[in-house]
Amino acid sequence: MGEYLNFHYDVDGENFVSAGQASVELKKTLRRLGLPPETIRRLSIAMYEGEINMVIHAGGGEADVDIYEDKIVIVLKDHGPGIADIALAMQEGYSTATEGVRSLGFGAGMGLPNMKRYTDEMQIDSTVGEGTTVTMTVYLS
Amino acid sequence: MNSYRHSVVLDVEKCTGCTSCVRRCPTEAIRVINGHAEINSDRCIDCGECIRVCQHNAKKAMCSKLEHYMHYKWKIALPAPSLFGQFNGLEDVDEVLQGLLDIGFDEVFEVAKAAELVSAYTRTYLKTEGIKKPVISSACPVISRLISLRFPYLKDNILPILPPMEIAAIEAKAKAKKEHPELSEKDIAVFFISPCAAKVSYIRNGFGDYKSHVDVVVALNEIYFQLIGAMKRKHTPTITSEAGMIGIGWASSGGESTAILNDSYLFADGIGNCMQVLESIENGNIPQLEFVELDACIGGCVGGVMTIENPFIAKTRLQAVRRYMPVSRNFVASDAGSVPADYFSNSLPAYTPISRLSDNIVESMRMMAQIQSLRETLPGIDCGACGSPTCRAYAEDVVRGVAGEDRRCVVLDRKKQIEKETQT
Repeated sequence: MGEYLNFHYDVDGENFVSAGQASVELKKTLRRLGLPPETIRRLSIAMYEGEINMVIHAGGGEADVDIYEDKIVIVLKDHGPGIADIALAMQEGYSTATEGVRSLGFGAGMGLPNMKRYTDEMQIDSTVGEGTTVTMTVYLS
Repeated sequence: MNSYRHSVVLDVEKCTGCTSCVRRCPTEAIRVINGHAEINSDRCIDCGECIRVCQHNAKKAMCSKLEHYMHYKWKIALPAPSLFGQFNGLEDVDEVLQGLLDIGFDEVFEVAKAAELVSAYTRTYLKTEGIKKPVISSACPVISRLISLRFPYLKDNILPILPPMEIAAIEAKAKAKKEHPELSEKDIAVFFISPCAAKVSYIRNGFGDYKSHVDVVVALNEIYFQLIGAMKRKHTPTITSEAGMIGIGWASSGGESTAILNDSYLFADGIGNCMQVLESIENGNIPQLEFVELDACIGGCVGGVMTIENPFIAKTRLQAVRRYMPVSRNFVASDAGSVPADYFSNSLPAYTPISRLSDNIVESMRMMAQIQSLRETLPGIDCGACGSPTCRAYAEDVVRGVAGEDRRCVVLDRKKQIEKETQT
């Protein structure tokens, strides 16, 4: 039960263009594991949103995906500004993204709500000025 | 298990095992084993990239020879719109249609005409309530096959209308039977003039449960030389095109999308770009769109592997041909409601998780751990000398047990040899 596979991804905060790469890589890995298409989709959307958040708000970070027999845990860790009011950040449509980021089509305030929607569990640990860690779990039935 | 007959075939005599195709294949379907390429037909989507990249002409698409089928009493040619882009200085589509009659066809039915009908039905279909958006074009068989194999979540987004080639075949046969009641079903044969390998596979295998109405498929680049000879004998065409700008426009990328007469569309060409767009749609990170047109070949159908001319030149020629054409010559009444049942098809090949290592997740995880550790020992230069497209794919082949002693990593072997030599 305790056996798991770990996949580590560095999310580059400098390069906006490559944002979303880790999600594509994760999707390939999940396909090789033979997970159901719907589970793959949920995980890759959650990963994508998390990755974009780290690029937009925190200047990048790192993602660790642990694959267990019965669940998949994604841990996203950044050293950005932190989230002052988590409940507010969880509201659909709320975003602190800059005008520049919005002009690229991001910052619609759907990132965190989508991450919660597509996973079974989500926990946010954040300290203002230190950074944020988001842990998401999807159970495999 | 595998009854699918691909049209892309390999001439073992010509194949040098150079691995160009191995590295180019978008689905990693090719390996070099025992000195020549082998295609895994479960993975192949008939995109034709391997034919394009092979310098030894060892890969080709299997088509029928026209002369073997001349015994049919009533032969109907179905020219793809891309055919009209192949001729230098062509002023009138009618010259090509006449050429087809001159080389022995009894009748011509333009696929461009059927394309205009598909455009009209698509516009109606897009107004249907409750359909999944964006609607993805069903015209390129490579894309439909790719979706059914790799993006099963998007299968309901595919336009449930038959591609123009099929509608042309159905209409052409019905027309011939009506106009020539003396002909029996067996006397009539519909010949599609194909720009690409994927349509050949579609016709031969059908698609999901759907059986193609095309009887014979001939390669555009094979009929071309016969046709150009016939077209030199200039005489006034007795046949007039029944298609307009929209129908001919389907030959190149963007033609189908602009015909939805709505600005909420996306079109992309080239298999790599199409795969990226599908990933984005699947992840939901794309703006709200009505329609998506994806063409596996660069430039659209004019970029097919069985065309003659460079796709961009062909497209430019089509601009000249289209200039004096009406927008469209084929319409459906706006109150026609839904798509006719005959033209409706939502059948797709069954989803098969081709990338899956094992059907047991514990076993898959065990294999993946082995692949990861083997991969760390490999050079990571993706040279292809082992016959696999990448070092990762090689590690996977070894763990799956399909790469044995005959397919070794030359870089790793050389390293070991040097280590041994320096030790002694």
